[in-house]
Amino acid sequence: MMDVGRHPRIKLYAYSEIENVSGFVGNFTVKVRKKARYVNEKECTACSDCVQVCPVAIPDEYQQGFSSRKAIYIPFPQAVPSSYILNMDDCLGNNPIACGKCQEACEKQCIDYDMQDEIITLEVGTIIVATGMDVYDPTELDEFGYTRFENVITSMEFERLICAGGPTEGHFIRLTDRKIPKTVGFIQCVGSRSEKRGNPFCSNICCMNTVKDTLILKDHYPDIQCKVFYMDIRAFGKGFEDLFKRSKAEGVQYIRGIPGDIEENPVKKNLILSVENTLSGKVEQHELAMVVLSVGVEPRHDGKAIQKLLTLSNSADGFLLESHPKLKPVDAPTQGVYFAGCAEFPKDVKDSVTQAGAAAARASILLNAGRVKIEAITGVLDEEKCNFCGQCVKVCPYHAIVPPDRKKNQYPMIIEAACAGCGTCGAECPLDAITMRHFTDGQIMAQLEQILAEKPEEKILTFACNWCSYAGGDNAGTARLQYPTSSRLIRTMCSGRVDEKFILHGFRLGAPIVLVSGCHFADCHYINAVTWTQRRVERLWDKLEKLGIRPERLQLEWISAAEGQKFARVMRELEELRKKVTPEEIEFTKKVLTEEKPKMKVKVKEVA
Amino acid sequence: MEQTLISIRGYLRLKEVEKLPDQELRIGVFVCDCGLNIAGTVDCAEVARFAETLPDVVAVIRNRYTCADPGQNEIKKAIAEHRLNRVVVASCTPKIHEPTFRNCVAEAGLNPYLFEMANIREQCSWVHQYEKELATEKAKDLLRSAVGKARYLEAQVEAEFPVTKAALVIGGGVAGIQAALDLADGGHQVYMVEKEPSIGGIMAALDKTYPTMDCSI
Repeated sequence: MMDVGRHPRIKLYAYSEIENVSGFVGNFTVKVRKKARYVNEKECTACSDCVQVCPVAIPDEYQQGFSSRKAIYIPFPQAVPSSYILNMDDCLGNNPIACGKCQEACEKQCIDYDMQDEIITLEVGTIIVATGMDVYDPTELDEFGYTRFENVITSMEFERLICAGGPTEGHFIRLTDRKIPKTVGFIQCVGSRSEKRGNPFCSNICCMNTVKDTLILKDHYPDIQCKVFYMDIRAFGKGFEDLFKRSKAEGVQYIRGIPGDIEENPVKKNLILSVENTLSGKVEQHELAMVVLSVGVEPRHDGKAIQKLLTLSNSADGFLLESHPKLKPVDAPTQGVYFAGCAEFPKDVKDSVTQAGAAAARASILLNAGRVKIEAITGVLDEEKCNFCGQCVKVCPYHAIVPPDRKKNQYPMIIEAACAGCGTCGAECPLDAITMRHFTDGQIMAQLEQILAEKPEEKILTFACNWCSYAGGDNAGTARLQYPTSSRLIRTMCSGRVDEKFILHGFRLGAPIVLVSGCHFADCHYINAVTWTQRRVERLWDKLEKLGIRPERLQLEWISAAEGQKFARVMRELEELRKKVTPEEIEFTKKVLTEEKPKMKVKVKEVA
Repeated sequence: MEQTLISIRGYLRLKEVEKLPDQELRIGVFVCDCGLNIAGTVDCAEVARFAETLPDVVAVIRNRYTCADPGQNEIKKAIAEHRLNRVVVASCTPKIHEPTFRNCVAEAGLNPYLFEMANIREQCSWVHQYEKELATEKAKDLLRSAVGKARYLEAQVEAEFPVTKAALVIGGGVAGIQAALDLADGGHQVYMVEKEPSIGGIMAALDKTYPTMDCSI
């Protein structure tokens, strides 16, 4: 921590948030809001004169609320930057008349009630996301009585009680009588591995954390009796099994079974746990002086903002989705962005450090290379066809198109470096004046014509976006989920690329069902391109209805890269739907759509 | 193609953009067995035979593992021997091996964008393991779709940009700290943005950490 503070090449912005990110791999512009600290962090010597006079006392977050802090405080003694901070929400008022004691006390005059937030603009080539995780709040698991019974604490609270720098100076005491407990129970998997409440995944760190806790307890107080209630002890890492064995050798009892209920003895304030011991098959009762809930880990509750700014996705568990689970485990799907630590999945210190090193190495590749190539999938404008309507400018999620000016005869300009290649402009341009390189109209038309060349009535024409739905299809494959053979996928970078004419042409060639599938709204890799997909499909539903074609034959689904199960289910459902489309219906559709005179074509002729 | 396109809007324009290149199309198709991953379900010999009937396909080669060095060498050899100007590989998902094959054809002197893939593993053999005939039919369709696209592929030039020589690390927990130090020690400028008043994250709130049982800060 200290090294970061004093490293000549690291500039630390603490108490700051990312406001905006623009640009692309190798060339990101980041706006950071450095929130007002009301204390000049360069001048502050952490002398604590201000704290002595501050009249406000509130629970100390760092100490899990076991002790109090002032409105002006330092988060913990070793904090970096080593500077005080004034929390205005707690302060009696930044008005010297109301209080102003700290300002008077500060000899160096570091305290400035008028300090404002600063916006700082950074230019960077690469971004490492190490936003971490949140700890599960077990209050909702009422059977454990957390918050109802004072002697039921969480493993995070345990850390503070056993820590020499904690509120009790490392004396592990019960909260009700401030005595050292004779018996302590640990309950594992609190908020983890549960389909109903908490999270379905294994939090990875809690088994070993409890093993560690029991060893520390036994070290400090050899007479304490420890009981651990568990489902499985997952001691999978290097040296972990040894620690687990040591814990058992120290006399810690491991009981297989998660208590169903905790009651409190109202006099002694002891806790009575009812548990089915699944090894003996018997229901047991254990009376313990204190219970520690070994709480799991979950994705950061405030993580969505960063996720959206960097156009990242999350996997089904809510953690950030990596580019490839085996081959690119620290790469984000957004080029030039890498993951470190628990933002990607719960991990312990060693794994966090390992992954951070990997992320730094991956980022260095880019920084050392000094140059980056952009995939040639950007849009190109054919000026001869453009009539200055400006629709492309309107739909571009990246503002990568400079608006046209009819009077000056200035055509819209696509900024290649800013274009991410979603293809929404290509699909929305009423005159087909924009060609998406490598995903051109002609190429996609050729694909669907080939797919529907023979027995089209047996096929489900599916457009799938590269990042989510196509990857979801791959995910179903990797998991060997079986589904009917009728689907035929065409990959586009984004569902926003799926032009109305592709869909209509599919129906015209006899497709019984057409599916357009893309990312969930929050996951769209092209900011909000997917909203244009939805509008287009809704427009087409109306159109199909007017033409006498059942709108259900055009389906829209949001399938994420992690949703292999959903992909397979959708394919099964669509197969049922396909069977209900009659040959007469298909013939009718072909006839209607072949006869339909496109309005646009007339307009094109007029222009020409 | 021309017949079917007539009734859709913007047809004339489309044809101008999409006109076939002047040179003669010479497509090479490579069908991958992927050991038994594909060949265990899909009749790859049948798919290869079918490929020969597709327009502009001048060479069809079946590989045990197209992505492995022998497979890639066959692609390079065929590009030279048959003067291929389009390459289609029917194998796994492009999300894994499209970069591999793009590099491969580029090494043989072909523009990497003149390459196309048909995904007959993740989206065919692995998900239709008990319907071998239908899976083979689907594989043929996916391949002909890829060949259909390949006929319209055009060479592309990738734009190249300089990289700003600085990194941003979001979050100052143990992972962010380690990443920032590694990058900075490697000589790069690093900016670290932390939401809380101090760095340290969850780790700083722990007393001891396993497996070393030492202090966390």
